Amino acid sequence: MCETCGCGDPALMPVEVHDRILAGNDAQARHNREHFDAHGVTAINIMGSPGSGKTALLEATARARGAMKVGALAGDLATDRDAARLEAAGIPALSITTGSACHLDAQMVHHALHEFPWSGFEYLFIENVGNLVCPAIYDLGQAANVVALSVTEGEDKPLKYPVMFRMADLVVLTKIDLLPHLPHFSVAAVEDALARVMPRPAIIKLSATTGEGVDRWLAWLEVQRGAGAGLPVLPSPGATPRRPL
Amino acid sequence: LNTKTKTKPGLSPRPLMHEYSLVQALLDRVDREVAAHRGTKVHRLWVRIGELSPLEVTRQEARWVCPRCETPVARGERLVCAACETPARLVAGDELMLDRIELEVA
Repeated sequence: MCETCGCGDPALMPVEVHDRILAGNDAQARHNREHFDAHGVTAINIMGSPGSGKTALLEATARARGAMKVGALAGDLATDRDAARLEAAGIPALSITTGSACHLDAQMVHHALHEFPWSGFEYLFIENVGNLVCPAIYDLGQAANVVALSVTEGEDKPLKYPVMFRMADLVVLTKIDLLPHLPHFSVAAVEDALARVMPRPAIIKLSATTGEGVDRWLAWLEVQRGAGAGLPVLPSPGATPRRPL
Repeated sequence: LNTKTKTKPGLSPRPLMHEYSLVQALLDRVDREVAAHRGTKVHRLWVRIGELSPLEVTRQEARWVCPRCETPVARGERLVCAACETPARLVAGDELMLDRIELEVA
């Protein structure tokens, strides 16, 4: 190492680590998961672009939920607007203001759990920061990952953001009431793209405005709690893109 | 590589973007190993970063296979086994790993 002053080489020691860089977050997420499991709370991590309809999906859930007991944590860079919207819709909600962080991590969620009476809910929705990249790699302790993808974002998004869509247990295709205005958008193309990034593609087409598809969403949620048989969420059989992607 | 600025995990300034947050997690871990082995300097780190991770560096390519019959499923194809319709499993490409630290010890 030192070739000029003659002090001799320092002793170099290799330390074998072979561990995930996010092992610390993973451990905190496991801790969160133990809390959720111990209280019978099904935590659902909702991800998606800014404006993809994550909050609107939860507002539609609030309107249709019946006796379901639901609460929400809403990750937001700078405001508590999402939490305020959810509260107005009748869902108890706490905002996690992340400052400049582009994602929630397990520790932020853990801190929030200490400030929020979450343990009586059946479902705790964790609305992540609007972002189609970073949130995917941070386990929060959730039971399932849901990605909201709106029809106005374009059908190629799953192929452009495979890290996010690979982690999804369910994709909710939102704003389908706009489809009549989007003649070039092909649902079959989205389903084909999902099949190339999700080994077990599952999709629900939904409009928070008209309520279409909300029944399937609620049925899917019940399946996550081991209740009900659910409704079909698989892409249409033999879905083929209208044109090659 | 200066790792002296860190305090306890969790008390660090909130990372800005996931790249910073990942590097911070990496430095936290290196710090702990340096302390545990009474290192004085860090010379090199070996990391493995998969294609299906949100970092733009030279990356391990994603590799999918059928978990039942081991048939490879090509990247970009539908992720089901052409032979037996089983959903494919990712066997490489999502790594965010710290493999080895080369430490200088007194």
